[in-house]
Amino acid sequence: MTDQALTQGEVFTTRWRGKMEYEWDTGAAVGRFMAGLKDGEILGLRCLQCKRTVIPPRAFCELCYVPMDRWTKLQDTGVINTFSVSFVNWDATRRETPEVPAVIEIDGASPGVGILHVLGEVGEDLETVVSRVAIGKRVEAVWKPAEEREGSITDIRYFKLID
Amino acid sequence: MSQRVAIVGVGYTSFRPSSPEVSFREMIFEAAVSAYQDAGIEPGQVDTFVSVSEDYLEGTAIADEYVPDQLGAVLKPVHTITSDGITALGAILMQLRTGEFDIAVVEGRSKASNVLYPAYVEAMALDPVSVRPLDFHPRFVAGMEMRAFLASSGNTAEQTSAVVVKNRGNAQRNPMAAYGCSFSVDDVTSSKLVADPLREDQSASTADGSIVMVLATEQAAARMKGNPVYIKGIGWGQETPNLEERDWGRAGYAEDAASRAYKMAGIVEPASEIHLAEVDDTFAYKELQHLEALGLAAHGRSGAMLEAGEFSFDGRLPVNVSGGSLGCGYTHDLSGLRSVLEIVLQLRGEARWRQLDNVKLGLAQSWRGVPTATGGVAILEAA
Repeated sequence: MTDQALTQGEVFTTRWRGKMEYEWDTGAAVGRFMAGLKDGEILGLRCLQCKRTVIPPRAFCELCYVPMDRWTKLQDTGVINTFSVSFVNWDATRRETPEVPAVIEIDGASPGVGILHVLGEVGEDLETVVSRVAIGKRVEAVWKPAEEREGSITDIRYFKLID
Repeated sequence: MSQRVAIVGVGYTSFRPSSPEVSFREMIFEAAVSAYQDAGIEPGQVDTFVSVSEDYLEGTAIADEYVPDQLGAVLKPVHTITSDGITALGAILMQLRTGEFDIAVVEGRSKASNVLYPAYVEAMALDPVSVRPLDFHPRFVAGMEMRAFLASSGNTAEQTSAVVVKNRGNAQRNPMAAYGCSFSVDDVTSSKLVADPLREDQSASTADGSIVMVLATEQAAARMKGNPVYIKGIGWGQETPNLEERDWGRAGYAEDAASRAYKMAGIVEPASEIHLAEVDDTFAYKELQHLEALGLAAHGRSGAMLEAGEFSFDGRLPVNVSGGSLGCGYTHDLSGLRSVLEIVLQLRGEARWRQLDNVKLGLAQSWRGVPTATGGVAILEAA
C-alpha cells in the first residue's frame, strides 16, 4: 500500500480519542515513602524475618509473606546497578542529548535493592556519558528545593556522580 | 472421572465507594492473608494462581505482573483471566482437574474509584469503526436492552425499581456492602433518567474491594481444616458483540452458560432444586432478565414473582441476599466472585445477620457489563 492511498482517503480508517486517566491510591507504604520524599528523606522498610530493607517500601515482605512496618531512614546516596543511554523521544524522533535512566542501589537498603531514577550532569553525548558512568559508581541525590517538592519520585531531580 | 474441586478458603475486604487508605496491593494482601487463614494453609503450599483483571480498569498494561508479591506467589505460575471471576473459577477448575496441581488461588480486586473517566473505558469496548464514531455515552446500550427486555417479557419499569428496593434493603444486613439503604419504589422511579427507560438508581454504583479464594481438589481438600464448598457445575458463554444483530430482550449468554452448568451439575429443574441465587444486577432490569434466562423464573413472570416476595430474604428462592451489585457496589469483573463468595458464606452457615436456613445448593451468575453479552454461571454445593 502506498502512503498516498492512506493520506488521500483511498482506504478508510476511523480515529477515536478516549480519556484514559487514573488516580492511583498510593496506599500506606508508598504513601509514607512519598511523604518522606516531600521532606527530603528516602524511607525504606525492614522485614524483621528476613532482615531485608526494601525500597520502594511495601506493606508486606513478598518473600516471607509477613507485614513490614519497621521504617528506616536511608541515605540519599547509592551505587549504580545498571543504566542505559536513551536517544529516543516519545514520538520515536532522535534526542540531541540523551537521557540516562539508572537503577540506583540506595545506601542503607539491602544489596540489590534500589530505585529507578535518572542520572544528571553526566555529559551531553554518548562518548562522554559512557566514559564517566559505569556500573558500581557512587551517586548522590540532587533534590528540588523544599518549596517545590510535592511528594513524588520527581522530588529528586536526578542523581549525580560523587567525585 | 476427574476429581471434584472445592472452594476451601475465602478472604475479602469490605466494599466501599473509595479506598484511599490502601493501594491495590495492600487491599489484595488483606484479602489473601484471611483466605490463607481460612483455608489453614501457607501460600507456599499453593501450586497455581489466577488473577482476574482488565488492564483498562487497572490503568496498567499486563497488570498481572504486579500481582504475585501480595499473594505470596513469587516465582510461582500466575496468569490473568481478562474476564469475570466465574470464568476464572472455570480456568482453575480445569487446571486442578489436570491432576498436575492440588491447590490453586483466584484473586480479584476493584479499584474502580481510581478510574477517572469510566465511561471511556466502557466506550473502548464498543466497535471502533461502526459504533464509536456516533459518539454516544455507552450507557445507551443498557437503555436499549432494558426497553427491549420489558417489551418482550411484559415486566414493568416499576418492577425493576422493586429489585433496587429489595437488594439495597438486603445490603443493610451485610457489613461488607457499601450501598445499603431503605427506600421505596417511588423513590427509585423518581430518580433521574440516564438512558430512557433506565434511571440513575436502577444502576449500581461502583465500589472498591478485593476477594481471594483458595481452591483444592477433593483429595487435597480432605487434608485441610476448612469447610469445603464444591463447584458442582460451571459454564460461561457469550453472544454476538454486534449491537446491530443482538437479540436484545434475552440474555442468551446466561441461558447458554446456565445450560452447561446445569448439565454438569445434573440439575433438571433449577427453579425447584436451587436454594438461593446471586445473580448479576449491575442494572436492576438485569436481575429480572437473568432470572428468566437461568430458568429461575418463567418467561415474563420474574417481575410478578419479585413483587410476590418469592426472591426476598424470607422468600421461596432468595436472590441477592448479599445486596448484589446494587447493594454491595459494582466491582467490575470482581462482581462474579462476590456472588460466589456470598454463596460460599451462606452454604457454610457463616452469613451472620443474613444467614438463610437450610441452604445446600446455590447459584452464582455474572455478566461483564456494557456493552458485552458475556457471562458465567457457577453451581455450588455444601459439603
